[in-house]
Amino acid sequence: MISKEEVQHIAKLARLGISEKETEKFQKELSSILDYVEELKKADISNIEAISHPFKIENVVREDKTSKEKLNGQKLMAMAPETEKGYVKVKSILK
Amino acid sequence: MKLLEFTINQINQGLKRKEFSALELCREYFDNIRDKDKKISSFLSTNEESALSQAKEIDSSIAKGEEIDQLTGVPCAIKDNILIEGLKCTAGSKILENYIAPYDATVIKKLKEQKAVMLGKTNLDEFAMGASTENSAFGPTRNPHDLTRVPGGSSGGSAAAVAANLSCYSLGSDTGGSIRLPASFCGVVGLKPTYGAVSRYGLIAFASSLDQIGPIAKTVEDCQIVFNAIKGKDEMDSTSVDLIPHSRTPFPDKASKHKFQISNLRIGVPKEYFVKGIDPEVEKIIKGAIKKYEKAGARVEEVSLPNTKYANPAYYIISPSEASANLARFDGIKYGYSEKGNQDLLDVYLKSRGKGFGPEVKRRIMLGTYALSSGYYEAYYLRAQKVRNLIKNDFEKVFKKVDVLMAPVSPFLPFKIGERMEDPLSMYLVDIYTVSINLAGLPALSLPIGKVGNLPVGLQIIGRPFEEEVILETGNFFEKS
Repeated sequence: MISKEEVQHIAKLARLGISEKETEKFQKELSSILDYVEELKKADISNIEAISHPFKIENVVREDKTSKEKLNGQKLMAMAPETEKGYVKVKSILK
Repeated sequence: MKLLEFTINQINQGLKRKEFSALELCREYFDNIRDKDKKISSFLSTNEESALSQAKEIDSSIAKGEEIDQLTGVPCAIKDNILIEGLKCTAGSKILENYIAPYDATVIKKLKEQKAVMLGKTNLDEFAMGASTENSAFGPTRNPHDLTRVPGGSSGGSAAAVAANLSCYSLGSDTGGSIRLPASFCGVVGLKPTYGAVSRYGLIAFASSLDQIGPIAKTVEDCQIVFNAIKGKDEMDSTSVDLIPHSRTPFPDKASKHKFQISNLRIGVPKEYFVKGIDPEVEKIIKGAIKKYEKAGARVEEVSLPNTKYANPAYYIISPSEASANLARFDGIKYGYSEKGNQDLLDVYLKSRGKGFGPEVKRRIMLGTYALSSGYYEAYYLRAQKVRNLIKNDFEKVFKKVDVLMAPVSPFLPFKIGERMEDPLSMYLVDIYTVSINLAGLPALSLPIGKVGNLPVGLQIIGRPFEEEVILETGNFFEKS
């Protein structure tokens, strides 16, 4: 079983605030899911490449121009929880 | 009442012949929604005012003798992870409870060009993560065939709405079975297109290498019409492609692809899909349907996809890994639920995400973050990506011998609400027959072929990449016979 500390470490990497109760729950649940995916260790992957997409994906480039249909900036700003003078406001990063 | 049972073509004909108006039709749907949806909960929000006024406009243009498109005035429902400008788009999550879509998804733009009437947005498992629609932050949808049971998921609202005649057709999204499973559980037709066939622009991303938008409808023909309306390359989605017309065996006459001949069809039945764990009654109905094709002249042979057993474990590494990256954007800063931390920026992130996301979404973010974290990447993510290639190769091999594969959509009948919520793994096992199709990027159809008691059973017809026509024609044959 994965440890409490590991769960807390992963939660911090994922930027998820989780309670003590959730920590214990995830310990059990993640362990049982990880046991389940252990099955993958039996697959013979010695001669096969990893793929990230079902088909070959090519990079697509375009001219560096703004699109004709511009999104309304005010509409987007209106959805930010906190703004000031037309900027999105955030809490301090450095103490 | 009969109006609500009309297919797309019947509506189109009726509107053209002025047998009924778009407004009447639209009103009838909203009456039915008011009447039935309190019990089923397929819609998260409806769009009555603008739908009715749009229907009126359509009627006046018909009155003027203007041409209408196939989908003009046809009422539809849209899964609430697809953006419609100016309407709420929640993804079934508290974190987006008040989010208003700032633009139209490409599929919506295409439907709007045909003047489709959008009735509302349908319920889903939060961020499309689930197989029962119980993971919605706004409560579960119920199966119209049995209100004590789940409609399947994650596009449960979209499938239930069509099954209960609350919408003529709907759009869903499918990452590991999310169109096919609810279509099967609700007894309607669902198409998961080939990866890249339909633009994902404006679909709230879950796992970008697996997600596809597709139609859910009453008939195969309706699915085909909607698919043709939404498919195609889009400059806003670099993975989208134009479908190349094919000339494969079931269509001997290259000039007319509609001369589909069942006697030219070669059906493969993967033996790994009929093993311990499948409900014997489901198996009987599936085998009976395959027999029907055989009797009609199709060649049926058993095939093997030896790496099938690895598909679900690989899916439950790959999809949470992609999800953990995709869902990093919900930070309580730019939009969505925000919990004001009293300390620093990190505090805002932790609290907003901790409170905004539900249990299944958190579980998958945790799992994905674990699989991608330093020291585990090779053992989990990289290995799963290699296994993904094995699975893809399995399909490529069998598709040299056969044109389509037939299998169940799910090993189970629709289960009771609450039955699988305690143990996440038991819910993951519902996807066992659908996830490999997403890993390989293939198109697959879920076709209602029978019932056990009042519970529907779906046949899964899997095709080669970009051969939607073949699986649709194959499904059409069963439906018409």
